[in-house]
Amino acid sequence: MTRQMTGAKMVIQALKDQGVDVVFGYPGGAVLPIYDEIFQQNDIRHVLVRHEQGAVHAAEGYARSTGKPGVCLVTSGPGATNAVTGLTDALMDSIPIIVLTGQVPTFMIGNDAFQEADTVGITRPCTKHNWLVRETEKLSDVIHQAFHVATNGRPGPVLVDIPKDVQFASAAYTPPGKARTAHYAPRVKGDIQAITDLAELIEKAERPVFYTGGGVINSGPGASHLLRELVGATGFPITSTLMGLGAYPASGEHWLGMLGMHGLYEANLAMHDCDLMINIGARFDDRITGRVDSFSPGSKKAHIDIDPSSINKVIHVDIPIIGDVGHVLEDLLKVWKSRGRKTNKEAVAAWWKKIGEWKKVDCLSFDQSGKTILPQYALSRLEALTKDRKDRFICTEVGQHQMWAAQYMGFEEPNHWMTSGGLGTMGYGFPSSVGVQMAHPDALVINVAGEASWLMNMQEMGTAVQYRLAVKQFILNNERLGMVRQWQELLHGERYSQSWSEALPDFVKLAEAFGAKGIICSDPADLDDAIMEMLNHDGPVIFDCLVEKHENCFPMIPSGEPHNKMLLGAASTQDAIGSSGAVLV
Amino acid sequence: MSPLKLKKGSSKHSAYDLRSGYGDTQERHTIAVVVDNEAGVLARVIGLFSGRGYNIESLTVAEIDHTGHMSRITIVTTGTPQVIEQIKAQLDRIVPVHEVHDLTVEGRPVERELALLKVTGTGDKRVEALRLADIFRANVVDSTLTSFVFEITGTSEKIDAFAELMQPLGLEETARTGVAALSRGSRRQD
Ligand SMILES: Cc1cc2nc3c(=O)[nH]c(=O)nc-3n(C[C@H](O)[C@H](O)[C@H](O)COP(=O)(O)OP(=O)(O)OC[C@H]3O[C@@H](n4cnc5c(N)ncnc54)[C@H](O)[C@@H]3O)c2cc1C
Ligand SMILES: Cc1ncc(C[n+]2csc(CCOP(=O)(O)OP(=O)(O)O)c2C)c(N)n1
Repeated sequence: MTRQMTGAKMVIQALKDQGVDVVFGYPGGAVLPIYDEIFQQNDIRHVLVRHEQGAVHAAEGYARSTGKPGVCLVTSGPGATNAVTGLTDALMDSIPIIVLTGQVPTFMIGNDAFQEADTVGITRPCTKHNWLVRETEKLSDVIHQAFHVATNGRPGPVLVDIPKDVQFASAAYTPPGKARTAHYAPRVKGDIQAITDLAELIEKAERPVFYTGGGVINSGPGASHLLRELVGATGFPITSTLMGLGAYPASGEHWLGMLGMHGLYEANLAMHDCDLMINIGARFDDRITGRVDSFSPGSKKAHIDIDPSSINKVIHVDIPIIGDVGHVLEDLLKVWKSRGRKTNKEAVAAWWKKIGEWKKVDCLSFDQSGKTILPQYALSRLEALTKDRKDRFICTEVGQHQMWAAQYMGFEEPNHWMTSGGLGTMGYGFPSSVGVQMAHPDALVINVAGEASWLMNMQEMGTAVQYRLAVKQFILNNERLGMVRQWQELLHGERYSQSWSEALPDFVKLAEAFGAKGIICSDPADLDDAIMEMLNHDGPVIFDCLVEKHENCFPMIPSGEPHNKMLLGAASTQDAIGSSGAVLV
Repeated sequence: MSPLKLKKGSSKHSAYDLRSGYGDTQERHTIAVVVDNEAGVLARVIGLFSGRGYNIESLTVAEIDHTGHMSRITIVTTGTPQVIEQIKAQLDRIVPVHEVHDLTVEGRPVERELALLKVTGTGDKRVEALRLADIFRANVVDSTLTSFVFEITGTSEKIDAFAELMQPLGLEETARTGVAALSRGSRRQD
């Protein structure tokens, strides 16, 4: 039995059949038929954002915190172009989202019609795949394919462009089970020979390290579970990228902390000196490798990744394993156990001793003795006062505060940390927190922000207030574009070109103007009380935390340098960055 | 804090050289890509090459299966072994791509290109052009008293050589199809 319906109705039916409960969107002429259908049903909630970029980041936050794809609906032309930054962000961070865009009617495409843009052309390089649907007969099939592609293999954003006449016309609806999805079936099981080779290396390794990334989170909670089992059983140290935080708990005994440009001393030195590196769902990003030709020179490297193009892209590896983290770890554990659960215990104990010495450097220590709040102190207190809450989700904007959040906050579970890693999109955090709170209405959702980033999507205050989303905007206000200022200090002779925030709003009044609560704090002695006041308020809060203006984020591996050339603090920054490093970003 | 002094030439390595040192030699590969013949698929392939900075020496495309709506794209590219591997992996990531074959790895492929060359002139030059065309087994597909259009098929090198010889004899215009290629032997690529 086939059901006839209009294209607009098909969109809603397909979303329902895909289990969608929330859509983030913004209406306009080219999507009015779909909005009309939204009006006539109650199964799917629509969240009216204040800017389409906000819709996409909200969908990303929703997706990352639930493991389900996020969905957006925007109009043609400017609606679609406003979504481009979010799409690129989701592509870089492998976040599954589906963006539905309206388009001018098929018979007007190509005529420079009102609010026409070549949406599939513009978004081709920033989506995993996209479709322009010219016939209503194909619409439901394509939407189901879109969900399939977004969520299978390496996840990513997809876009379906729907001309207005296609929304009005009627055709038969294709249910999800009948959709043509078979042709896209990335391999999830790893090659058992390669897995056995890795098990053999695990048995012999003297200085092993697990280097884990966003792929573990992408693979689902089961993968984190298996990772914990593997780390516990082998006793090997583990570090993670920014994107993988929470897959292994920060309180776990084998945890070294984050690695990379602003990673911990012990994590980076372990990477540099190891003899076996096991990369699980990470992509050898340049924030991790530093100078490639001196990256972990003495190690054998294994790499588990679902995307063959991630393998040998940057770093040549000895054992590539193409597959899903969860599937591969399951097989790896089986093989390794069946071979007798062996490790080189003596050597690994000596390795831990060495790591222990690096840990003694205590690279995250800071001295909060002055009257000005240090950003590190602010986040340590935020951590201390919230870490017992299992339902705590942290989002961030981009800059120094983001790195400090990664360093000073501990993540115990996957999917509780939302940050823009690959694209580094200022303005990501606030809308993302909106999406997270929509998915978890009773949870504690905090966006750790810099004042400059936060202003980039501050219009979403309206969304937060309208939907009673109690998101906490914790702004580390240094009145500087801090990360830029830091680079100018280190690389451009302290010429602080355009890197401070002038004419900032009064954040308390701004909160009140939106009907929310504002809190300001500048004294370290008041900080705990102020944070508690924020936590106890049942509604959105803007917390203006005035912090030290010139604090730099350390440790830092200068661009173009290897891991063992790390800067630990102000004293070590002299002559740190060579001229070749200066051209890097 | 005092400003940092930049040490000029402190590193021999280009800071942008993110690829590691192994296998720096440039190789030429012919890659066949079987795709769904849907709108925008060629733009996806070309966009991949331009966006990621890969070379395209030649690219041809046509539908090869009219019922299944499949097209075959033949790309000739150059790069280090690592870049060639990346190109193949990146092509394979495109959703409507069904198969990617590195014909160069699978054995020296049969490669053919077709070209049309318009040569104008009279007298000795005209005679010489016709004589050379005969040697190269080029066909005359159009002629006037002062011009020929030659059709020639062969490897790209053969067409280069023919075009070079025609240059002083009045070569006016050239149109080339780009390379089409198949692997040798009875086996279908898989
Ligand atoms: C200001 C700033 C500073 C930064 N500094 C640092 C830093 O110091 N340290 C740091 O770590 N990062 C830092 N980053 C982030 C950095 O830019 C990268 O985003 C990050 O390192 C990439 O993380 P990842 O390697 O885990 O890869 P992701 O981008 O999360 O990619 C995941 C990988 O796993 C694969 N994958 C996906 N799903 C699966 C699956 N199911 N099974 C198997 N594999 C899968 C993918 O193919 C991909 O290769 C910084 C970002 C900013 C903005
Ligand atoms: C959209 C966008 N524009 C520019 C940048 C470059 N950038 C990176 S960090 C940064 C400064 C961020 O300042 P703020 O949000 O106040 O955070 P802080 O570094 O001070 O903690 C800038 C401008 C970016 N990442 N994103």
